[in-house]
Amino acid sequence: MDNETINLTISCSPHVHSPDNTRSIMLDVVIALIPAMLGSMYFFGLRALLVMAVSVAACVAFEYLYRRILKKDATIGDCSAVVTGILLALVCPATIPYWAIIIGDFFAIIVVKQLFGGIGCNFLNPALAGRAFLFSYPVLMTTWPKIGTALHLIGSNADAVTAATPMAALHQGTLPADRLIDCLVGSVGGSMGETSAILLLAGFAYLLVRKIISARIPVSYVATVAVIAFLFPQGNDRLVWTGYQVLSGGLMLGAIFMATDYATSPVTKAGQIIYGIGCGLITMGIRYFGSYAEGVSYAILIMNVSVYLLDKIGTPKRFGYVKPKKEAEIK
Amino acid sequence: MAGFFGGVHPNDRKALTSEKAIEPLPAPRQVVIPMSMHIGAPCAPLVKKGDSVTVGQKIGETTGLGVPVHASVSGTVVAVEPRPHPNGTNVMSVVIENDFQDTRCPDAVPPADPEALSGEELTRLIHEAGISGMGGATFPTDVKISSGLGKLDTIIVNAAECEPYITSDDRLLRETPERVIEGLKVLLKIFGLEKGYIGIETNKKTAISILKEQCPGEIEVRVLKTRYPQGAEKQLIQTITGRQVPPGGLPAAVGCGVFNAATCAAIYDAVYLGLPLVRRAVTVTGSAIRTPKNYLAPIGTPYTDLIAAADGFASDPYRVLTGGPMMGIAQFDLSVPVIKGTNAITCFSQKDNQEVKNPHCIRCGRCVGVCPMHLMPLYLYQAERKDNIDELNARNIGDCIECGSCAYICPARIPLVQSFKNAKAKVRAAAAKKG
Repeated sequence: MDNETINLTISCSPHVHSPDNTRSIMLDVVIALIPAMLGSMYFFGLRALLVMAVSVAACVAFEYLYRRILKKDATIGDCSAVVTGILLALVCPATIPYWAIIIGDFFAIIVVKQLFGGIGCNFLNPALAGRAFLFSYPVLMTTWPKIGTALHLIGSNADAVTAATPMAALHQGTLPADRLIDCLVGSVGGSMGETSAILLLAGFAYLLVRKIISARIPVSYVATVAVIAFLFPQGNDRLVWTGYQVLSGGLMLGAIFMATDYATSPVTKAGQIIYGIGCGLITMGIRYFGSYAEGVSYAILIMNVSVYLLDKIGTPKRFGYVKPKKEAEIK
Repeated sequence: MAGFFGGVHPNDRKALTSEKAIEPLPAPRQVVIPMSMHIGAPCAPLVKKGDSVTVGQKIGETTGLGVPVHASVSGTVVAVEPRPHPNGTNVMSVVIENDFQDTRCPDAVPPADPEALSGEELTRLIHEAGISGMGGATFPTDVKISSGLGKLDTIIVNAAECEPYITSDDRLLRETPERVIEGLKVLLKIFGLEKGYIGIETNKKTAISILKEQCPGEIEVRVLKTRYPQGAEKQLIQTITGRQVPPGGLPAAVGCGVFNAATCAAIYDAVYLGLPLVRRAVTVTGSAIRTPKNYLAPIGTPYTDLIAAADGFASDPYRVLTGGPMMGIAQFDLSVPVIKGTNAITCFSQKDNQEVKNPHCIRCGRCVGVCPMHLMPLYLYQAERKDNIDELNARNIGDCIECGSCAYICPARIPLVQSFKNAKAKVRAAAAKKG
């Protein structure tokens, strides 16, 4: 054995790593979104697939170009831009023009994510910030097509038959015309990926099994919404009102896939629970008192900026730390 | 039973060597015995080139905190000079050409009546036998004993062996459990305690049943969940007693003393056989090794001899580690010798390379969930990158035990332990500057 011919790598321990990496985590999120993506195609047709494809392609292209032009290391391999592309598409109506979703992708990837340093450095959820930016075109963002309408694959869908969303009725303080079971299954008006609670919950189960997220944020978020709805019902039946509040609008998509975004949610257990409760409170505040019918995306964006503070509150107790005894106790 | 927070479950790969009995290594032609194999001041050599030495002869005397060094083979001293050491530096070493006679030093005889020795005499004997912690930290055992006298109520033998790949303690417990048990009894006698514990992880089933069979009533075998870093001193104490060693404190602060299983066996050898610490069990393992095995190797055996005995490399090695993959030290020169804390030589081939080029923290928070010291590694990493000394102190960088759980779990593969070693150096430098 000749010492001269051996090339040994020197680095600090540890020398083994968990098989999970950023890319595998992002791909797990994509897998968890597959039921909702298939649902959006079932409810809104092929156009939903095209919107998602355009959005993903635009996100990846913007990230690639930005990092290429600024001579930074390429990061599209981590697949986080793919997740952003899918999520932004899922929170838009299927009628959204392609040019609009591309503008949203630009805002999400370039302004919100890359200008702050790229993956992990953004302080707002890129997809939700992209959606908020697109509300500069409020009509485009609220043209909810009726389920099963044949949408034009190319060209404007401004003439599409529209449907009222359950949220609009709830905002008026009345129960929606849709049955509760429709809200669960998803055959109601709304953004492409938000309508079916059951498909989103399937994705939630997958994320939990794969240990990609913990249940703390989604559960505390949805539970807060449910408690407030139950305590302050409108209409005759508390339980039915609560059911609609939980199953309608963007709550499931937001609580499971948006509020749990790593970069913009707390890392401490206590912080995550407070964060979920905060999201729930703001969501219900907007739903009850706001001029928008739905409050999920703004609730999450507002809580995004409190993450550092919440992590400070949630900082684990120091190992071996004992409170110094008060003088009285010593005596 | 109380547990500890966090921890990780790396694939332990102990099956590579767990059924391989500790076999004597073919006698090495030469041994290189460093004068520093313990925490503290290096020893001063007592021999010079040309001297002949015998097994167990003292060849290095302490100059401060430390334990003496002994010859591990008989033969002739061919050099006393700085040689590469597994810690990455060159250290004054005595090089002995083996005469293959294995002549025992006439001084290395057991005391006439070991049972009659007082605690003080036993501690002295342990010092003279050159025993320092054999789990890797190599703190002089007699100093650990004397600093704990009168403060301890619990003695724990660390047989957790939570590092993946390593099986040298497991084999020791299976093959000669009486050495560990008797060594623990010596410690109990020194401290005047009734009861001792042996902490061992569930993945060592055979060793557990042997220990349970052989341990007398005053020694309790505590079977611990297999979870890294179960064998870290603070986590072991926390699991067995529920006590948390205070920040910056020693185990004695909560009445505990922890001794490695191999250290206990060395105490037995010294007290009952009169043999100083001149050999130890070493696991030679990893994907790059053709025939992974356990060896009983003289202290000072070059790594090359051990690797050759295990039929050499099966593929080009990518990393060679002193110790296991979680806390082991990567080596660049394979002529370095086995020292008192060398429990394993782990060799990885290129297929084990998991490095990434430009890691980006995604704030997944897994590091927070696994840190057994309740730290928040992602924020420490940020503070280190920004040279924010106040933030590092506020977030208790000094509590980090460098177990590597955070860097293991990190999906971005950020070199967190390296960052925290740097951070500690920066904090020390800043404190020195302040005066």
